[in-house]
Amino acid sequence: MSHWAWLIPALPAIAAVVGLFTARWMPGGPAVPAIAGTAGALGVAVAALAVVEDAPARIRESSVEWSPIGGMTLHVGTRMDGLAAVVAVMVCVVALLVQIYSTAYMAGDPRYSAYAAEVSLFTAAMLLVVVASDLFELLIGWEVMGLCSYLLIGHYWQTEGARAAAVKAFITTRIGDTGFLFGIFVLGLGAHTFDISGVTEQASSLSHTTVTAGALLLLAGVVGKSAQFPLHVWLPDAMAGPTPISALIHAATMVAAGIFLLARLYPVFVAAPVALTVLGIIACITMLGAALAALADDDLKRVLAWSTVSQLAYMAAGLAVGGWTASVYHLLAHAAFKALLFLAAGSVLRTVGTNLMSEMGGLWRAMPVTSITAAIGALALAGVPPFAGAFSKDGILAAARERGGGLGTAVFVVGLVTLAVTAAYVTRLFVRTFLGGYRGRAQLHESPLVMTGPLVLLSALVLALGLPALPHRYGVSRWLGAPPSTRSLHVGIGEVALTTLIALVSIGAVLLLHSRRPATDPVAVLGPVARPLARAFYVDEVYDTTLVRPVRALARGVVRVDSGGVDAVVVDAGRTAGFAGGALRRLQRGNIQGYLTGLVAGVLVVVISVSLAVAR
Amino acid sequence: MHLALAVVLSALLFGVGVYGVLARRNAVALLMAVELMLNAANLDLVAFDAYWRDRLHGGQVFALFLVVIAAAEVGVGLAIVLAVFRLRDTSDVDELTELAEHEPAQVADVTG
Repeated sequence: MSHWAWLIPALPAIAAVVGLFTARWMPGGPAVPAIAGTAGALGVAVAALAVVEDAPARIRESSVEWSPIGGMTLHVGTRMDGLAAVVAVMVCVVALLVQIYSTAYMAGDPRYSAYAAEVSLFTAAMLLVVVASDLFELLIGWEVMGLCSYLLIGHYWQTEGARAAAVKAFITTRIGDTGFLFGIFVLGLGAHTFDISGVTEQASSLSHTTVTAGALLLLAGVVGKSAQFPLHVWLPDAMAGPTPISALIHAATMVAAGIFLLARLYPVFVAAPVALTVLGIIACITMLGAALAALADDDLKRVLAWSTVSQLAYMAAGLAVGGWTASVYHLLAHAAFKALLFLAAGSVLRTVGTNLMSEMGGLWRAMPVTSITAAIGALALAGVPPFAGAFSKDGILAAARERGGGLGTAVFVVGLVTLAVTAAYVTRLFVRTFLGGYRGRAQLHESPLVMTGPLVLLSALVLALGLPALPHRYGVSRWLGAPPSTRSLHVGIGEVALTTLIALVSIGAVLLLHSRRPATDPVAVLGPVARPLARAFYVDEVYDTTLVRPVRALARGVVRVDSGGVDAVVVDAGRTAGFAGGALRRLQRGNIQGYLTGLVAGVLVVVISVSLAVAR
Repeated sequence: MHLALAVVLSALLFGVGVYGVLARRNAVALLMAVELMLNAANLDLVAFDAYWRDRLHGGQVFALFLVVIAAAEVGVGLAIVLAVFRLRDTSDVDELTELAEHEPAQVADVTG
């Protein structure tokens, strides 16, 4: 099967090129190649999953030599195992639903054909990351994703906010990507190969310094792509892009790439416990901080964005404490319910025409399908069984408790607190959007079938993904083929009871606040604390003062030196030549006799001086 | 005959020619002054040829060359003067300033 796995990223890539160049005369418009390409990739990915399913830990590689580089050889190929197949299927499902949904959401957009092609390319890049067998191949997909996210976040480039957000996302992830690139160098040169298999096999035999440095550098890339503290700032701003893009970036592709990379190169991180500890600390900070920021934001999409940051931190924390299977399971569950929530949000935004929850409310009467599907997504995010997010979260917490020690305890405690905050903010989101009375002035109506259809399908997926945790022999562990030295997914009844209780109490508290004063925002109960939360602890402001402004001032200084120093020398040289030429021009009066006088005078001077010299 | 006589005469002729070329305004007079300068050179060539008693008479041969060249030059020069006169109704060289560098309308901006 590994001989045709390359089709998985190739089909959407072809669809992107075809869609971009044939959109003008293609019957049915640019949506046809985009949907066909993604659906084809989905078919291949499902076939791949069926093939690898009976032995998911076995790696099926197929690669060709690409080019020698400094004594080593780069390979291009595919590397299929349970993890790759499952994630590929997840990416294709979400991307396909997003493409279908977009045909209605982006209807009438003048740049729809470019949009559809970019989404296809984005999908292809993510799939390349998933199936890559070589670290440099993976890097190509990784960087193309960065480009696509820039293009798509800046889709509405006529607005100032979208341009700024696109640049911010690009630069912020770029900071991490630099570390990532050097991490590849360190690991590749240490292991004398850039093959993922080679690197992971030799990770434990590499020198401690090499593997720690490599893992920490890779971690920088992960922190950037998966929007972890301190490089999380790009993700909430990325909401300036079209909403289906948020579903794609936040659920299936870009942010998932960081977690996928951690899972893929897990043996490297196991060999570098320092990196895992750093990851755990970062994840704890991000998890709780982002959840608190989500609690107070009034912008529907930004709440979901903060929620993404927080949930990714959950996965990172799970990997840090060895809960590999639980984390990957949470990645899949999160992809499903976050795509669902974003697409539901898109359905809402298109109807009410604003992002602000203070101008929504009571939408369930007009939009029943959106409301019910959003409720399913919200319950999954809050961690209420039997929906997808519940057991995976419990699995992460169980792994943390089992690991023990300082890090395990920290992850466990912070995870429980975050669980409560998560349930609170998602309930607030639902209450403010769908319950109570409508506070806006738009004409409300349910979205068309093309948009509600994907919502219903994703709801079914969210329900279905809750199941694999229950009976162990059908569990996700069976599909994934976890690397050794990780904890398999096992969730005790005690954990489930505890987390469910916490989530339900939190939900109940917010509902109680809402029922007392239906017109006010439940977050108002926090009083003055809400303000720093809504501003996300002023991290953006701190970056603005400590980084953005000094860099801008430096840039202005450079411009001044350039135009006042370097440029001035060049310009003045030109001016001097110009003035000298102007002086010489005076002599050119067109009077032949004047010229001849000069000539004779010159000859006389020459003759006299030569005569004098000879005479002496 | 003393050589100095011929050389001084030739120098005087040349000086008159230079003066004519530099000071006269009429183009025809200019051509005549040029002829004076050429013939001053001729005089020198012949005088030195006689003085050195050159067996091949290189000086005289060169003088003959110069006469021919001068004739050709005057032919061309007069033709030009005629053409200019027909075109402009003047042969005053002070008014023929077509080659003058005029002030350009706008100096190119070099500041970038």
